[in-house]
Amino acid sequence: MNSVDGFLAMGGYGAFVWPAYGLAVLVLGGLAAYSWRRYRASVAMVDRLRQQSGRSR
Amino acid sequence: MLSRFANPARFVRVSAALLPWCAGVSIALILLGLYLALIASPPDYQQGEAVRIMYVHVPSAWMALNVYLFVAAASAVALVWRHPLAEVAARAAAPIGACFTFVCLTTGSLWGRPMWGTWWVWDARLTSVLVLFFLYLGYIALVNGFDDPARGSRAGSLLAVVGVVNLPIIKFSVDWWNTLHQPASVLRLGKPTIALSMLAPLLVMASGFTVLFVTLLLIRMRTDLKQRRIRALQLDRLTPAPAPPHTESGLPARPVAAREGI
Repeated sequence: MNSVDGFLAMGGYGAFVWPAYGLAVLVLGGLAAYSWRRYRASVAMVDRLRQQSGRSR
Repeated sequence: MLSRFANPARFVRVSAALLPWCAGVSIALILLGLYLALIASPPDYQQGEAVRIMYVHVPSAWMALNVYLFVAAASAVALVWRHPLAEVAARAAAPIGACFTFVCLTTGSLWGRPMWGTWWVWDARLTSVLVLFFLYLGYIALVNGFDDPARGSRAGSLLAVVGVVNLPIIKFSVDWWNTLHQPASVLRLGKPTIALSMLAPLLVMASGFTVLFVTLLLIRMRTDLKQRRIRALQLDRLTPAPAPPHTESGLPARPVAAREGI
């Protein structure tokens, strides 16, 4: 328990170390999630348009 | 004509094979980097545990510069040779670079507060990196800001190429001017002035970020190509023509789709 507390305290710098890591994870993870979702949506949209144009002929 | 869209087609094939590997390797490297940075590496004798911010700050700073160099080089290729993939690559890379620059600036601020006693100073290093961030934003705004995408790309590419002058200013700002920011301790002439136990997490994290950049670049380039296909298909539906010839892929071989290269 003590070692976990000590780890989280980061020698008194916890208030700076953890936000730094959290922010990096949030920004880079957010970009990755956004990019991937946009990619999946684009793939689905192309499939839908191709099906529609196939049906109309 | 064929050779012109052979390249994007090959890109789509090769990138599909590369993507899962890149994603896996980047996640593994970043997890290993986090372990080394937060647990395995020692606290600094002067900075204590606050030094751990370095393992995010410095790799993201390297990425901010390198990705900009990539955007500028791809923009130059797009301007000079009009290679269709170069423009797609520059467009896809810029937001990734902007994110790395943002992480660099904010983690630097969080590191500066306990070490220098201030969140921000208007000195050469910090200001030139802020300018880099605005160059990224300017490029993104220009590229998306025109009704005619070709004109937007040209304007953005020009800005990206001209903005390269900022890179040596950032790199050498710590040597040319007096600044709170410390000079380079890894990328310098002679040996790095940093202990191996601290160099290892730095390099692992930097390679993790680099592979992450490649992963995101591939995903975003493929998205851009899909978006072009969507525009071509939508244009197709607006201008129906009688019985178009079909390619082996089952797609109508229309000039628009062919020119888009996918």
